[in-house]
Amino acid sequence: MTDHQWIRIAASDSVPLREGRLVRLADREIALFNLGHRFLAVDNRCPHRGGPLADGIVTGASVVCPLHAWKVSLEHGGVERPAGAATCVATYPVRVEHGIVLIGLPLAATCVVTRRSKGEAA
Amino acid sequence: MKRLVVVGNGMAGMACLEQILAYAPRFTVTVFGDETHVNYNRVLLSSVLAGEKTADDIVLHPLEWYRRHAIDLRLGVRIVDVDAAAKAVTGDDGSVTPYDTLLLATGSYAWLPPIAGLDQDGVFVFRTLDDTRALLERSGPGVSAVVIGGGLLGLEAARGLQVQGCNVTVVHLMPTLMERQLDPDAGQYLAGKMEDLGIRVLLGRTTTAVVGNGHVEGVVLEDGTLLEADLVVVAAGIRPNVELAYKAGLHVNRGIVVNDHMETSSPDILAVGECVEHNGTCYGLIAPLLEQGKVLAATITGNRGPTYTGTVQAAKLKIMGVDVFSAGDWSEQHAEPVRFEDRALGIYKKLTVRDGRLVGVILVGDTSDSHRYMEWLRSRTDLTAERRHLLFPPPAADVGLDVAEMADSAVACGCIGVTKGEIVRAIHERGINTLSQLKECTRASTGCGSCTSLCQDLLRAVAPEFEEEKKKVICGCVPFAEDRLREILRSQKLRSVQEVLEIYGDGVGCEVCKPALSYMLDMLWCGDHEEDRSARFINDRVHANIQNDGTFSVVPRIRGGVTSPAELRRIADVAERYDVRMVKITGSQRIDLLGIRKEDLPKVWADLGMPSGQAYTKGVRMVKTCVGTDFCRFGTQDSIAAGIEMERRFEQLYTPHKVKMAAVGCPRNCAEATVKDIGLVGVEGGWQVVVGGAAGKGVRKADLLTTVETTQAALEAAELFFQYYRENANYLERTYDFVERLGIEKVRKETVYAPEDVRRGLLDRLRKSKARARDAWYEGQQPRHPTQFIPLVPLETLA
Ligand SMILES: Cc1cc2nc3c(=O)[nH]c(=O)nc-3n(C[C@H](O)[C@H](O)[C@H](O)COP(=O)(O)OP(=O)(O)OC[C@H]3O[C@@H](n4cnc5c(N)ncnc54)[C@H](O)[C@@H]3O)c2cc1C
Ligand code: HEM
Ligand code: SF4
Ligand code: FES
Repeated sequence: MTDHQWIRIAASDSVPLREGRLVRLADREIALFNLGHRFLAVDNRCPHRGGPLADGIVTGASVVCPLHAWKVSLEHGGVERPAGAATCVATYPVRVEHGIVLIGLPLAATCVVTRRSKGEAA
Repeated sequence: MKRLVVVGNGMAGMACLEQILAYAPRFTVTVFGDETHVNYNRVLLSSVLAGEKTADDIVLHPLEWYRRHAIDLRLGVRIVDVDAAAKAVTGDDGSVTPYDTLLLATGSYAWLPPIAGLDQDGVFVFRTLDDTRALLERSGPGVSAVVIGGGLLGLEAARGLQVQGCNVTVVHLMPTLMERQLDPDAGQYLAGKMEDLGIRVLLGRTTTAVVGNGHVEGVVLEDGTLLEADLVVVAAGIRPNVELAYKAGLHVNRGIVVNDHMETSSPDILAVGECVEHNGTCYGLIAPLLEQGKVLAATITGNRGPTYTGTVQAAKLKIMGVDVFSAGDWSEQHAEPVRFEDRALGIYKKLTVRDGRLVGVILVGDTSDSHRYMEWLRSRTDLTAERRHLLFPPPAADVGLDVAEMADSAVACGCIGVTKGEIVRAIHERGINTLSQLKECTRASTGCGSCTSLCQDLLRAVAPEFEEEKKKVICGCVPFAEDRLREILRSQKLRSVQEVLEIYGDGVGCEVCKPALSYMLDMLWCGDHEEDRSARFINDRVHANIQNDGTFSVVPRIRGGVTSPAELRRIADVAERYDVRMVKITGSQRIDLLGIRKEDLPKVWADLGMPSGQAYTKGVRMVKTCVGTDFCRFGTQDSIAAGIEMERRFEQLYTPHKVKMAAVGCPRNCAEATVKDIGLVGVEGGWQVVVGGAAGKGVRKADLLTTVETTQAALEAAELFFQYYRENANYLERTYDFVERLGIEKVRKETVYAPEDVRRGLLDRLRKSKARARDAWYEGQQPRHPTQFIPLVPLETLA
């Protein structure tokens, strides 16, 4: 497992339910989402043309980019729509401790490219 | 020709008669019915009460059908006597009608338990169309209703009354609801769901009296509790109508006793339906009665092959959002129960298995597998091999597969008893492409409607040119047509997007349905809904238009396109202070500041000191004006004043799609009012109000809504159309598509030519919405959420 450096970000109520917020950490821009029972974080750059994912509408455990409606999984960072887009965004582990959300930064952030076949559900 | 007399113009009798006529039209037929209606679908009375269907929608056999088959139909006549020796029946109109064969299909009546005071005005039963109409007449907002009986019928009545606006309480004698169909656990799930809908449920309580003074005022329970009531519905069970059978000297127990050929103890008399007792059972659901009818039709036409051997009963509660299904014998004695439950999701499933075969099913919260289970029940399939997948089938790879896996003999429509094979044959032989055609040809899906989706799937898989019925659903997450959905939200009093998704959708929603639902709720409740910003597009979360680089554009409101040097100066200052990438005069007489960062928005708005121009939303964009009588030498009307006033009246409101307007002082039309969603065109002595214009991808000249004399009248006509569009258009439907879809005549009829109360209603709701609306840019000062406009600032920085 990758080693993570855990950064305390903000109180868990800083992100409204089913919305995302931008977090700037050093040179990274991360989109942090509150899904109610858990938080998820991905890079705030849509793999299509860099749209701000934190501003998207959440659907289940995915977000729809506000610019051209690509659908990106918040769980694994893969693109769920359009089908067959062989790119993804980096995801970050998140945990909540005593009401504070922490994001884990990998020592070297990796982006695993997985091609998802059409019709395969998230 | 022999004389066949049918007593009872109901579902079982007429279905059976239809079969008889199909086999051999060798009877002259007389039908007596004491109701004054042609045969209608009694099952759907619940839908009529809930406002989902009208009386016309549920007619099964129109007058024309009786005429075509030369049936002598005698409506409103009750048969009061049978003389079995003389072979004649006597009606309450004094008529005596001889028969060679008599068919009794008298159904049941609503049983009234021994409760004092039931004879008062305001006490109803729920059995006939007339009962339903009376209930509809008496129910309404603010009316308190008590339903005595928590069975299938009582619950559907309760729901219907509640949809009509009543405050409803169900009082049930037994400790759990629908105890004949559900075990106590399932009953509790159901009670929870009814309570969630806002229906009060009192269990294990005996009603002793209905009190009042000729008119119902309340209901008294055994423990002394008094429930106030303006209306009481008694749904405590049904009893077969067997009087005539007694008079004819037939063998009667609880019902008229028949053998496997549906013959009574008298050779000339047959009986079918709820009035019948077969093998010790009286059936109260439609499916078995139709099976009986088929056998009877064979018997009466001389074919002694078919026999009736009883039916596995299946019941489905017809309350939208409360899925309940029960079939067979679900008691756990001598059977192995297989169970699944999830309290949070409100799902409860139980199967009972005996000797490796399914004998009973209860499904609450998710009834999608009911067909599979019914098939197993009917066919008594050996399930040993499936044992691990009884409740969780391996997922089908595609929709066609589910359908493909059904045997041809498998019953698709349980009510009418139509098999998959029959449907497929009908599709091929009759070239059926739509559900309505299928209904007409096979009658499948005309009963309780629970097989509709299955029939759709069959059509989709088999029909060469399958057409979805014209009504489009919003999206797969909430599979309802929009007008239907608006009705649901209104009647169910749903006020939050998530609630709608949880009750009527997949619980998740997507970027298509969430903004649509947000709009609907805002419109329906005139702003008094639970605004959920997570369901809105980013533009409506931060009240600015997102650009391709993630920055935003800001367009202040400049009503009628009329500004001032001071405003222009402030705009110029803001543009410099925030390094605005471009200042642009828009095509709509507004000024656009492009390239502003989200976190700067509140400051920009404060510095501008102007309201939001809503250039980012599906809402009221602007009213363009020409200079009109103020300056123009051609001007006939004050287009500037009218335009500014129109903008004031509509601004800040959401609409199905953007609304762009204009007011011009004369038909030279300098501000292009005739290609706007709403245009005011000044003419000598008045205004023309035009609607549904477009100058976008397509160009459409607006239709004339009305011509009026005063500016006030023009504004009111515009208001009527505006609110009508808000209430009736589908989300993302521009006025030009809307007007074209409905036709301008219909639009006129329902707005400017509508009756006074309808117009009042539209204007009142518009005023109400307007009273609650406010300038979105106030949120710059009072954010809805502390981080609405700003990124999170981490508590610690990177080491
Ligand atoms: C509100 C409601 C909801 C229901 N929902 C469902 C459901 O979801 N699923 C389901 O399977 N079943 C349901 N049922 C039950 C179903 O409607 C009945 O089982 C079915 O209608 C019975 O058919 P029938 O022909 O035997 O009786 P009926 O349809 O009652 O027909 C009998 C007719 O004969 C008339 N009649 C009786 N005596 C005389 C006489 N002496 N002279 C002249 N006319 C006479 C009666 O007035 C009546 O019109 C529901 C019933 C109601 C009331
Ligand atoms: C194509 C899809 C599936 C296939 C091929 C499949 C196959 C199997 C097989 C081979 C077994 C082992 C049977 C045995 O040991 O006797 C099994 C067990 C089981 N399956 Fe499935 N299955 C599928 C889908 C599902 C789904 C979708 C669910 C639930 C949602 C499910 C729930 C179970 C359960 C609960 C068991 C029993 C496990 C146990 O007893 O340890 N299966 N399945
Ligand atoms: S529309 Fe008529 S009144 Fe308005 S500016 Fe043009 S010519 Fe003048
Ligand atoms: S940038 Fe996200 S969809 Fe185009």
